[in-house]
Amino acid sequence: MIHRFFALISLALIALMAPASAQEPLRIELDNPNIEPLPFAVPNFIAETAGADQYAADLARVVAADLTGSGLFREIPSTAFISGVTSFDSPVQFSDWKAINAQALVTGSVSTAGDDQIVVKFRLFDVFSENQLGEGLQFVGSRAGWRRMAHKVADAVYSRITGEGAYFDSRLVYVSESGPKNARSKRIAIMDYDGANNQFLTTDQSIVLAPRFSPDGNRVIYTSYETGFPKIYILDIGTVSRQNLADQPGTMSFAPRFAPDGQSVIYSLTTGSNTDLYKLSVNGGAPQQLTSDPTIETAPSFAPDGSQIVFESDRSGTPQLYVMPAGGGAATRISFGQGRYGTPVWSPRGDLIAFTKQNRGRFHIGVMNTDGSGERLLTASFLDEGPTWAPNGRVIMFTRETAGEGGSSTLYSVDISGRNLRPIKQGASDPNWSPLLQ
Amino acid sequence: MKTLPTVALLVATLSLSACSGGLFNQNRLDTAGGADAAGAADTGITTGALAPNSVEFFNQSIGDRVLFAVDTSTLTPEGRATLTQQAGWLTTNPSFTAIIEGHADEQGTREYNLALGARRAAAVRDFLVTQGVADARLRTVTFGKERPIEVCSTEVCYAKNRRAVTVIGAGAVS
Repeated sequence: MIHRFFALISLALIALMAPASAQEPLRIELDNPNIEPLPFAVPNFIAETAGADQYAADLARVVAADLTGSGLFREIPSTAFISGVTSFDSPVQFSDWKAINAQALVTGSVSTAGDDQIVVKFRLFDVFSENQLGEGLQFVGSRAGWRRMAHKVADAVYSRITGEGAYFDSRLVYVSESGPKNARSKRIAIMDYDGANNQFLTTDQSIVLAPRFSPDGNRVIYTSYETGFPKIYILDIGTVSRQNLADQPGTMSFAPRFAPDGQSVIYSLTTGSNTDLYKLSVNGGAPQQLTSDPTIETAPSFAPDGSQIVFESDRSGTPQLYVMPAGGGAATRISFGQGRYGTPVWSPRGDLIAFTKQNRGRFHIGVMNTDGSGERLLTASFLDEGPTWAPNGRVIMFTRETAGEGGSSTLYSVDISGRNLRPIKQGASDPNWSPLLQ
Repeated sequence: MKTLPTVALLVATLSLSACSGGLFNQNRLDTAGGADAAGAADTGITTGALAPNSVEFFNQSIGDRVLFAVDTSTLTPEGRATLTQQAGWLTTNPSFTAIIEGHADEQGTREYNLALGARRAAAVRDFLVTQGVADARLRTVTFGKERPIEVCSTEVCYAKNRRAVTVIGAGAVS
């Protein structure tokens, strides 16, 4: 069973004055091509009740790991600290933090409440201007969900310093892989964005491919071979129950995604040799055929406003990217560089399209503007594919597969600047990033 | 291309469910001989040829698969020759159905390779139908790049993975 603690976190402002500052605020500009990671300190949180001791250090560690993992922050280790924080409400000794060049300071406290809850508070300080940055916040939630509260703290710090949306309090659904390359077992699994709290949603009895979240993050749509043929299923994460998307006998369907309103899905359906795009209401009814070309049309992805669909087609002779209205109709080719393009995914901000590119025997993850201009390749390897966007549209995760007999898949993330490439999860493919959790 | 070993194939007679009337069909696959020379005398296993109406004969003697060039679903002359024999076997053995699996090598995205595998399976199905096999006996499925048979990442392996395999159904058409 999946824990249902996710809905239990509540959020309250601690009424604390944040003095106005005349100085330049602490800031990281994500579009600056020469970002130097910002030094910060996160002392262990203050345990305010006896039962809270076990969370005090762990909360600080998760906050630090989130910030450091973004590539935008550099943690100053506690061994360098001159003074500690002994009480959440006592004044900060800014001179001690300036001396070790901690530009940002995160302080926090944790206390237990009731049978099952903890209360987490934090403040963020701009050390060199000696000001609090934003208001203190308090999170109340189940103890089992303590990592989520740490992610919420890190999200607030990230947003206040970058001015961008956050992404740490989010999850990934992906395909967990095991076994040899020619008989690989695959299971749908879900985990926190940082790999914690991994849980399997399907058995390894049949091939499963490319799970994608519903817009509310509560359901997953994916392709499974459990009948022997590729078919689309929708799985409820809370109950782990699933249903087959209505399909036509003798056809195969794959590459599904939800529409932004969650009310319909788009996917590829193969009849005979031909693969076209279709749309179907989650409540049933007749599928609507969106393309009717004799070529391959697949990997569709909605614009976040639901007005357009970007997809992959080989109608020009090689796989390229096209954009068409959400109801079908004339499509405009947007990829014109050398090589083959696939798996386009529209950014949640609406500004970019991420894609897989294959050129001269190498694979790349790249981004381009929605009209195809401004193409930038972010990665290069033997096989990179299947990008997915972080909720803030600033980070991309994808599958990297190594070559040869022992080849295996690993999830990697990379900034849209091409910085901060790093492995997230081994034995995993086809990641899909959830929206920011509520 | 499908491999037919030049040495004798050792086949347990009990496994040949397709053999009717109880007597093992002794037709030789390879009349050039050697089939009896495998030293089977003490094994309790009968050495012999595959029955032409057996699934094993289809898989091994005719060949259950055809191969494709990179990013194509066009049948090669060699592939057509194999499929002509497959069609003959299916015509002679009308009680069997078949599922045609289309596969791709690992070059290419997962989704595109699924669609490409479907094209390859359909190309085989369409050819068999032109050779007189009833459409209703055939079904196609694509595995994209999910089930390679060779695991190296060079053309030697890729060439064998770009395939369509005709899998004869164990159950006959009712």
